[in-house]
Amino acid sequence: MTVLEKKNETSSARSALMQRIGAALLILLILGAAVYRAIKPAQHQNINKSALQGTPSLPPQTALQRYGFYLTQCAAQCGIHFVHQAPKLDPRLNNVMPDVASMGASVTAVDYNHSGWPSIFVTNSAEGSQCALYRNNGNGTFTNVTSQVGLQNLNAPGTGVCMGAVWGDYDNSGYPSLLVYKWGQCMLFHNDGGSHFTNVTASAGLPQHANINSAMWFDFNGDGKLDLLLNGYYPSHVNLMHLANTRMMPASFEFANNGGRKYLLENMGGGRFQDVTRQMGINSHAWTLACLAVPGADPRYPDIFLCNDYGESQYYKNEQGKKFVETAQHTLYWDPTGPGSLSGMNASFGDPFNQGKLSIYVSNISVGGELMQGNILWTPKRGASESNMQYQASGDQIKQGGWSFGAQFADFANTGNQDLALTNGFYSGDPNRSYWYDFGKIDGANYNIISDASTWPAFRNRSLAGYERKRLWLGDGEGDFTNVAQMVGFTDRYDGRSVAVADLFNNGCMDILEAAQRGPLLLYRTTAAPNNKWVEFNLQGVRSNRDAIGATLTLYFSGKVQQQVVASACGFCAQNDHRLHFGLGEAPSITRAVIRWPSGITQTLLPSQIHINAVNNIKEPQ
Amino acid sequence: MAQSLTAPAGDPPARRLHIDQRYYAPILVSLILLVGQISFRFLTSPMGTVLGILASIGMEILLSLLFTRKMPNVASAYVSGISVGILVQSTAVWPYMLCSAIAILSKYLIRVENRHIWNPSNLGIVTLLLLAPRYVSTLGAQAGNSFFAMIVIWTVGSIIIYRLKRFHICFTYVIFFLMYAAMRAAILGHYVSHESFAQEAAPLSGPMYQLFVFFMITDPKTTVNSWRGQVLVAFLVATAENLMRIYGTLASPPDGTLGNIVATHAPYFALTLMGPAANLIEIAQKRKARKTQAAAAA
Repeated sequence: MTVLEKKNETSSARSALMQRIGAALLILLILGAAVYRAIKPAQHQNINKSALQGTPSLPPQTALQRYGFYLTQCAAQCGIHFVHQAPKLDPRLNNVMPDVASMGASVTAVDYNHSGWPSIFVTNSAEGSQCALYRNNGNGTFTNVTSQVGLQNLNAPGTGVCMGAVWGDYDNSGYPSLLVYKWGQCMLFHNDGGSHFTNVTASAGLPQHANINSAMWFDFNGDGKLDLLLNGYYPSHVNLMHLANTRMMPASFEFANNGGRKYLLENMGGGRFQDVTRQMGINSHAWTLACLAVPGADPRYPDIFLCNDYGESQYYKNEQGKKFVETAQHTLYWDPTGPGSLSGMNASFGDPFNQGKLSIYVSNISVGGELMQGNILWTPKRGASESNMQYQASGDQIKQGGWSFGAQFADFANTGNQDLALTNGFYSGDPNRSYWYDFGKIDGANYNIISDASTWPAFRNRSLAGYERKRLWLGDGEGDFTNVAQMVGFTDRYDGRSVAVADLFNNGCMDILEAAQRGPLLLYRTTAAPNNKWVEFNLQGVRSNRDAIGATLTLYFSGKVQQQVVASACGFCAQNDHRLHFGLGEAPSITRAVIRWPSGITQTLLPSQIHINAVNNIKEPQ
Repeated sequence: MAQSLTAPAGDPPARRLHIDQRYYAPILVSLILLVGQISFRFLTSPMGTVLGILASIGMEILLSLLFTRKMPNVASAYVSGISVGILVQSTAVWPYMLCSAIAILSKYLIRVENRHIWNPSNLGIVTLLLLAPRYVSTLGAQAGNSFFAMIVIWTVGSIIIYRLKRFHICFTYVIFFLMYAAMRAAILGHYVSHESFAQEAAPLSGPMYQLFVFFMITDPKTTVNSWRGQVLVAFLVATAENLMRIYGTLASPPDGTLGNIVATHAPYFALTLMGPAANLIEIAQKRKARKTQAAAAA
């Protein structure tokens, strides 16, 4: 044997040995992982269903020191005792009732009586159940004044069931009125001076029957009057209480266009609204769950963002208040490597990177081992002009939120950077039995199968993404997010739907309201580091609609720039406090604040006009 | 790849269009990827898919140089990478790269008589699901949910697979899948809940199964050689999957447990179990035959 042959033989023997060791290690890894999964207890096996509130993993003072704030769930202590009841629909849907009757828990924060203290309105969804208006007493407690102000019996049998509410001063009376959207007949209540509400549905011109799951007040034509957009989820002809047939489910999980029509109702004055949907070019039949009025280049003509379940989000560009043109392919989906059709549940505004421009956060489904879609933060594309706005998908660290629903940006620690609170969880049934396997049978199936509820596998009280942990991502203003939910006390495991934020105790801290499906209304009171400063703005329109809905305020402070907008709907079936809240950090220096009013007026506030650690009431200049 | 797509100068025109059969699968799977992404954006992380393909090709070159000291043909690594890129769903990019790396590693490391016994991307996906179920899932999209698109994919895929002489594998699997679906609908539908044939057969109408049927169970390197053996393997895969699906319906195993992972991703696990088992039996039979021949010759 030559030296070369010997060398070759030694080399191949070494290769063979390496191969065997490698094979053994790889097989060991696979078997080890399988054994680990086999012996690991199920995620929710020992969950105590009577203690779904959970406890923070850090003492409050440690959380305060480490993250600058902590939360205390104090609904009961504040006098709020509300439990949501899901709707009961046609018995032919019994096999999928948890799936179909999975929405209706919504919450809004509103200062309906001009007390200077935000109150709370929460919807209920079973026939005969009561929604509730909790008046803020200004002393840390709330009183249920629903019947007192005339908002009882909103779920009266035969009228449909409540899905959410949105407040807007449609007649510029100075007091926000209430629109309750339903699977059935929507209802409009005029606010009579903050002490009583009058049902004005009959004369308003709202649709007789529609399955509305999101709505917003906005002034689409710059006439200073708030118009209304109602977004259908199920088609309008479907009566979920008495079905004609069971072929009423989405035609696809990703490309469904058999949902409810939209209603763009122009405010004609005198409490009357006129349906201008078709003539304004809105022809969507997507399964819309959230909507936003996006301030465009001209603040008089906001665009419409529709966040759709079972499909792509849509973007309707406002053409001078005369027409809407669907531009999603240009505005959102211009990048071929960007995200596609998902399960949009939530759309909320934020400026988490302090760009001085508004981003839009859309929540989807991300459940490990089952379905990974990822939530999307649509941020304005660098270099895109306001008149030709384009968004790009970003926010890798805030993609994974479980079966995500409502989310809101707010600066909980008053650092000058926005954080993000997100609720989630679809159906918490038997913790030891999962519906995912059965759900997986049809999630990729053809439309003939999906669109018929009778072909869906029966739920049998099994869990589907139940008992999920909520997320609260701390933002650093530069794109980095850290989930601190368990440490700061955002710990419940209910099937969360709607999240709203408001400074409920007028202490400069943004508190979190969370409405859970078939669960309680939760109030997380925020305690932020006292050294951090804050500022709030309460805008009042004069030439614009009185609520100043659609006004943007850009604050220049401490080398940062942050934009916020006065929005009616924001999130999933939610509305935040009308006041805009900015955290400022420890030693802030404010340069200016620029307000773009919906009338088109731009107003600049100088530092001397802005009071730190206070609410600044700003009236639109004439 | 470029060599095979261009014929030598002077060949008749018909020859110039000839494409080496080895490249049918890479071309078909590339088309599915492009059409799927451009039309339906069905990738969860396009960047993850690209990195998965690159990791697969890179790993193939690295391991080939390490173990054989030869530059490999990367067509099969490309198919593995692209399969991983389509079938894995994750919001992060690392699972795609890890899955591709495991897939190609298994091809070089786990060999019996110089044959790899697992479909690389199948094993990669199964391993990933077991290692990191919190971060990954598998394709559940519908490619537009168009009945026409579904028929086109099944037809074109069937023609190509037929030309590759592997149609009998797909056919056997699909027939038994449907038979088992009917059986589950009849039995479970009667005793457990209201499972229907439409429900049980539904997965077959999605793109995940199209990829699984055309590209995974037909992989020449990881399938037994005889026609009968291949039919038997397809039958066994469908049978194992059926058992896992029955378990899924009866037990409804909770999220994150081995039972839930296996039931929800039944076809992958069925192939992982049945593919190598059949290969090992065939290898053992051949070894025995060789020994018998050697003994007879002696």
